[in-house]
Amino acid sequence: MNHLSSQSLPVSVISTFWLALFFLLIFFFLPLLVVFGVSFASRGLYGGVEWILTWDNYRRLADPLIGVIFFRSLIFAAMTTMVCAIIGFPLAYVVARVSPGWQLVWLTLVMIPFWTNFLVRTYAWILILRADGLVNGFLLTLGIQSEPLSLLFTDFAVALGLIYGYLPFMVLPLIVAIERISPRLEEAASDLYASRGAMFRYVVLPLSKPGFMAGGVLVFIPSLGAFITPYILGGGQKMMIGTLIQQEFLVSRDWPFGSALSFGLMGTALILWFLVNRTSLGKNVT
Amino acid sequence: MRSLPKPILLAGFMVLLFLYLPVIILIGFSFNASTMGVAWKGFSVQWYENLLADPSIVEATLNSLIIALISTALSLLLGLGAAIGLEKRRGLRASCMNTLILLPLVIPEILMGVALLMLFVMLQVPLGFGSIIIGHMVFNLPLTVVILRARLRKFNPAWEDAARDLGATSWNVLTSITLPMLRPAIVGAALLSFTVSLDDFVVTFFVAGPGSTTLPLKVFSMIKTGITPEVNALSAILVVVSMAFVGLSWLFQQEVPSSFLKNDSSS
Amino acid sequence: MIHPPNPIMRLFFALVLLVAGSQFVGCSEPSSPEPSRKAGPQKLYYFTWSDYVDSKIMADFEASRGVQVVVDTFSSNEELLAKIQAGMTGYDVVVPSDFMAGIMGRLGLLAELDLSRIPNVQELEKHLAQLPFDPTQKFSIPYLWGTVGIGYNAKVISEVPTTWNVLWNPEYSGRISMLNDQREVFGLALRALGYSLNSRDRQAIQEAKDRLINQKPLVKVYTSEQFDQLLVSGDVVLAHAWGGPVARAMREDSSIRYAIPEEGGTIWADCMAVLATSKNKMLAMDFINYLLSEKVALQTSQRLLFASANRHVRHQLPPEIRNNIAVYPPDEVLSRMEWMEDVQEAIREYDRAWTELKVH
Repeated sequence: MNHLSSQSLPVSVISTFWLALFFLLIFFFLPLLVVFGVSFASRGLYGGVEWILTWDNYRRLADPLIGVIFFRSLIFAAMTTMVCAIIGFPLAYVVARVSPGWQLVWLTLVMIPFWTNFLVRTYAWILILRADGLVNGFLLTLGIQSEPLSLLFTDFAVALGLIYGYLPFMVLPLIVAIERISPRLEEAASDLYASRGAMFRYVVLPLSKPGFMAGGVLVFIPSLGAFITPYILGGGQKMMIGTLIQQEFLVSRDWPFGSALSFGLMGTALILWFLVNRTSLGKNVT
Repeated sequence: MRSLPKPILLAGFMVLLFLYLPVIILIGFSFNASTMGVAWKGFSVQWYENLLADPSIVEATLNSLIIALISTALSLLLGLGAAIGLEKRRGLRASCMNTLILLPLVIPEILMGVALLMLFVMLQVPLGFGSIIIGHMVFNLPLTVVILRARLRKFNPAWEDAARDLGATSWNVLTSITLPMLRPAIVGAALLSFTVSLDDFVVTFFVAGPGSTTLPLKVFSMIKTGITPEVNALSAILVVVSMAFVGLSWLFQQEVPSSFLKNDSSS
Repeated sequence: MIHPPNPIMRLFFALVLLVAGSQFVGCSEPSSPEPSRKAGPQKLYYFTWSDYVDSKIMADFEASRGVQVVVDTFSSNEELLAKIQAGMTGYDVVVPSDFMAGIMGRLGLLAELDLSRIPNVQELEKHLAQLPFDPTQKFSIPYLWGTVGIGYNAKVISEVPTTWNVLWNPEYSGRISMLNDQREVFGLALRALGYSLNSRDRQAIQEAKDRLINQKPLVKVYTSEQFDQLLVSGDVVLAHAWGGPVARAMREDSSIRYAIPEEGGTIWADCMAVLATSKNKMLAMDFINYLLSEKVALQTSQRLLFASANRHVRHQLPPEIRNNIAVYPPDEVLSRMEWMEDVQEAIREYDRAWTELKVH
């Protein structure tokens, strides 16, 4: 289709179109610009922003301690993404391949946790992992343990929370990708005497790559900047980028440093997103 | 159709169970009469009753609903224009605009939260309902655009051309053809935006003002102070309500009058 | 405007515009309450520690004045200051701790109090009447006071803790909790090393930081709000704690105890203040007077188990509260307690060190 003249659209549509762009300009781009600007400012004695420009905040980013936090967050994000890919694939495959009558049921069931309250879903794990929680209640009653296991406020709890929280973000794109693979390819493979395993390895998995890419981005970036999960399940212990940013803004009141951190996070996220988009594999799976 | 291999079916089922288990446990324990621990002490709805009697909970609920309603409506209004406008344009400029409109969906929420906070502070805008609504719209607007465009893309332009050939003004085309065809997507986008706004925590956490506590913020402060059974009950309510809305939105979008679709094997 | 074809949608949009209009008319957002503009009752915005909220006491005030009290909570002084600086200026009454009240007063964030509206200021405990940061109660009035000590589970900890160093004991690794409070945590480490908890000496602060970093692997969680629950549930057996919540935990489990180490620690007084930006200063001061009144202060102490700044409350309390060292510290302990002060420039050192500790 060629570029249609704007006279084919009523004025109201054109004006809301530009209004929408204007809105995002003011309330999306401008704030990010502010973050960028403040990241070069200095902190007042009791907090607040003093416009004494400096590279100091970015220099602090290079501090090994901060590097450790970035690294830890990257590791958590990578691990979360991998585990989500591994356990998400069977579920996605089932939903994609199940008979049409069942598909709507399965699909709805998978979709629903996707949008339910993230905070609440994470909180549910506290009930399960506490010293007097479900797991320990189970272990103690069955006599497998004599002392309750310390499961809450550990790296394990945070990892579990992240995997659980972001799993649907991996499953849904995978479903879309697997659905695109014609079942005939799988039939052809078995006609050619390929084992089930080989079929998955050489046919299904490679062709699911767009799904893994899209799901990977949808899991990795949010879990990199995760704030709720490490805050609730991590016990103020192991800092991740998200919780550090929160602390700098709402406790330590070092807004310039917090801005530099945020920008570092955004830089990482954007680079990843463009890398994936460039390969144009993730494009159609939104 | 080949039947699914048993181990995959089993694995898939177990993952689904993993997804739902904590929620089921949460809802289950919201009815537990015991105040502490997980020992089951009998069925009780007293925690729900306590919730209803607590004025701060009722206020938080009202706040959440009002904010969700307004941000959804405004996002829908702006999103319709944006989606239709984008769909008509092609070329590099359009795909740039497309990327820019979708960018808020990719940026980590915490970044959005602090960025908006700083903007409001610099502009000396008092934090309150307005700041939260704006914060929600930044996410809901792109979301609405995505959902509407997904539907618009499947739309056969022949219908609009035909209408125009028959002398319809662009306004008529919009109201008699485009909008009705978009209706399931509009409703779906509205329901989903409403749910997202209702559930939003991170951005709201940063830009909420005094007295504009929303339900998720209330849950969070209750969790921080200590786990009480009321938290379970409140959490259970939030989850069930979200489920209902999402289920509705999803089912609504399944209704697809086939005559409006392109003849496309990928649909 | 786009007219939705469906009558139901039309109704929906009309409803939304109606609700939206009522919110935005005259820019009346709840963060700037104006009694004449809103149809509902006048609102008082109260920003306080999460431990200090009691719905019955609020309800009584609401009923007697026909107003609505809207409560928000915070869990550390720094968080309070951060939120005020971040534009949450719609609060009327805030409750900073002693030193933070001094800082906020100096920063001009607090309104000058009209003490003629707060007659109960005459009833303050003697040791609270002339606190160094605000001896004439110009902008703050003490409300509740107490100590910081160690809450512990006597079933596991057989000997009464006499030193802060028990929190470094590897035997209890993974079952220790510390407050999530920069000044308190560093104050503890400084006192354990023999320094003042208001030390401005860079060397001392670094030493404290190193000790705290050593301790970190043993600490299960840094929390200012959950430690009482964690003591009761058994997740934690030693907790760096404010007295009040420990006293409340004692009610649930009698094997929970409270101890103040010999090195001494913080004695604190949380003060009520009115924000300079408040639009309801008169009502705010009445509220302060109300909370300080004898009857209400007595109720507060009985329910929340914090010592009241009103000196007439003490002898009216039942002995189990009056004699509970988690609530009222005994006189012999008072001499080794230290008030927290504003450390001025040195706060930058503390900030950096705290971030470093958290980041490790």
